[in-house]
Amino acid sequence: MSVYFPQKKLPYLLVLPQLVITAIFFLWPAGQAVLQAFYREDAFGLSQQFVGLENFVDLFQDPLYYKSMVVTMVFSFSVAFLGIAVALWLAVMADRVIRGRMVYQTLLVWPYAVAPALAGVLWWILFDPNIGPVALFLDRIGLHWNHFLNGDQAMILVVISATWKQISYNFLFFLAGLQAIPRSLIEAAAIDGASSFKRFWDIVFPLLSPTTFFLLVVNLVYAFFETFGVIDTTTQGGPDGSTNTLVYKVFKDGFIGLDSGGSAAQSIVLMAIVGLMTVIQFRFIERKVQY
Amino acid sequence: MIENRPWSRLLSHLILIIGVFIVALPVWVALVGSTQPEGSFNSGSIPLWFGDQGVQNWAHVLFAEAGSTLQIPVWHLLLNSLVMALGITIGKIAISIISAYAIVFFRFPFRSAIFWVIFMTLMLPVEVRIVPTYQVIANLDMLNSYSGLILPLIASATATFLFRQCFMSIPGELVEAARIDGAGPIRFFFDILLPMSRTNIAALFVIMFIYGWNQYLWPLIITTDDTYYTLVMSIKSMLSVPDGDIQWNYVMVTTLLAMLPPVAVVVGMQKLFVKGLVDAEK
Repeated sequence: MSVYFPQKKLPYLLVLPQLVITAIFFLWPAGQAVLQAFYREDAFGLSQQFVGLENFVDLFQDPLYYKSMVVTMVFSFSVAFLGIAVALWLAVMADRVIRGRMVYQTLLVWPYAVAPALAGVLWWILFDPNIGPVALFLDRIGLHWNHFLNGDQAMILVVISATWKQISYNFLFFLAGLQAIPRSLIEAAAIDGASSFKRFWDIVFPLLSPTTFFLLVVNLVYAFFETFGVIDTTTQGGPDGSTNTLVYKVFKDGFIGLDSGGSAAQSIVLMAIVGLMTVIQFRFIERKVQY
Repeated sequence: MIENRPWSRLLSHLILIIGVFIVALPVWVALVGSTQPEGSFNSGSIPLWFGDQGVQNWAHVLFAEAGSTLQIPVWHLLLNSLVMALGITIGKIAISIISAYAIVFFRFPFRSAIFWVIFMTLMLPVEVRIVPTYQVIANLDMLNSYSGLILPLIASATATFLFRQCFMSIPGELVEAARIDGAGPIRFFFDILLPMSRTNIAALFVIMFIYGWNQYLWPLIITTDDTYYTLVMSIKSMLSVPDGDIQWNYVMVTTLLAMLPPVAVVVGMQKLFVKGLVDAEK
């Protein structure tokens, strides 16, 4: 673009609504979070006291915070890995069939539209120790299922619920990626005698690596920040903090524990993480891993 | 296909069908459960075929009350969700299309600074600044109101980027021609730019509608008055029954009703949805 409109005041008027919203609902609360992180409120919210970095010191000395970090890592990487693996497998299968590709796409894509909170409820019902068909089936084959008591089982449940809707998303991107691979490459490899298994690992998978890396980042961001609903409608962080992710902990400490200083300090740490991930997303995806 | 092996294609179909089946399983169970009488869940398992209470259950939840803890019919919550989803969608598109217009077609001081401020909203999702944002809304006296549900969620860096990208691909000659013909910026915007970005707007509409409809945390913390509850968040109050005596059949009906509108949008407008998804992540 090299031609512009000459008006001087109009552009300000045009960006004003967005700037006002951003200032009131984004910058102001973010600033508040920064301020609160340096103060401590008494239990009744009557007085505030400047405590410097004490909230952060407390936070990083709190074993529960480390536990929550580990929980978040296990959760996020499980969701990303499981979602990518299953979706890639289904996409390779869908790429192979000649008829019905669009039908399969439609049948696999709709869970993306389901709210994480509702995905949690749906899988919660399936795995309910009293009424859930899957839990009852597991019981029958000798695996006692009770996510109310068993932390590992609770983690498995939230991972499955969170992954479920993300498979649709990954599937769409993998299918598009697969269809962009030139047929001649695969044909050439086939003529050279490469088996279909070898063709996949030596040609298709490397060529998909930009898509895979992009999806890895997107899925991690999703698991970190958008799965509040899954956890809140199912385990609520329990049992014994075994599914208490960082985002859920901010909410819990702030609204239920009423520790505004500690919650604000956690918010600052999370903002740093989002910032980092956004930079990674923009830096690396613009350049793309290419061969 | 390189080698034409019927059995390998058959295997692919088989795996896809199993995948489709597993993906659909929870919805099937909920659908079947939603037609059962209340007592059928105490017997130790969920029935796997339809019961005879379907019409009664669905009608009760839609028009009478959603459950024992939620004495409000679901059609009211459905309406709230619709207001919120449409408000967020239209608001986002409106404010981001005009700010992208200003950033691409005008040159003015602080242009890039403003762009960076908008960019920063990407790094501040509601989830991470939840307590202070709640306090701001409380200070502005916007708890339990539609404006409180909608306004804080309509700033969107994603939509602004998308429109910026789309506008930057428009040739400068078009602007020049419009100016020679005597069209001002307002006229250019409405008569040329808007019609040109129709598909982009539609694709973004689909994505943003789903985003708005599926909001959970935000309505959960700023509404305490159930006339402002949205459908997706109301599920929480149906599940947190004091003595653990959950009315499963009503929970299932409500869950299905809450997911129906966005699923219908995705299936019905699949082309636009895929375009919106791919564009939004560029």
